[in-house]
Amino acid sequence: MDAAAALERLRDISSQVRAAVIFERGGKVVGSTLADAERAKRVAQEAEELLAAAEQRRDATDDGGKFAQLEAAVQGGSVFVVRDGDRLIAATTPPEPTVGLVFYDLKSCLRELETTAPKKRAPAKRKPATRTKKTDAKP
Amino acid sequence: MRSRNVLTGMLLGAGSVAGTLLFRRRLARQRERVDVYFGDGSMVSLTKPDEAEPLLRRARQILELAS
Repeated sequence: MDAAAALERLRDISSQVRAAVIFERGGKVVGSTLADAERAKRVAQEAEELLAAAEQRRDATDDGGKFAQLEAAVQGGSVFVVRDGDRLIAATTPPEPTVGLVFYDLKSCLRELETTAPKKRAPAKRKPATRTKKTDAKP
Repeated sequence: MRSRNVLTGMLLGAGSVAGTLLFRRRLARQRERVDVYFGDGSMVSLTKPDEAEPLLRRARQILELAS
């Protein structure tokens, strides 16, 4: 599934997501529900800066897990940023969304994308040829 | 006498509407927060204005861009 199809599916399953942008670390936009590409790029940049600021909040002495996801709730709505590997998705919702459900939908969207990435298949091992004696010979 | 009662009623009504608006606005401000989840299952909730405000500002910017 490509990014456009994954985002289309996200909009179908989640009525709470208003807009979403899939991007990679560095700000490269992979897909977006926004019509304006420049806006999508700026959303990706802002989201990356948001998560960089969030990562700094982690206690420096604590070497726990890496950033996984965040929700920033403001008066006008909520902003979600979810990471899966090198890919991230930033999405906006109306105020007071069902947080767990939105996180689940965004993660599913990223995973659907990941499963479509071309994987190199190892060549199948050939079974060694074996000879069997025919036993149906008449006596 | 009657006009005075009407005026008092109107003032009381306006005051309660303004009070409700202020209360709701303050309540909404209190609800502004940033929850950050990490891969090890831990979560940091930023609610204090001094620590959350830089992140909330970016979130507002994203909402504005995406609208």
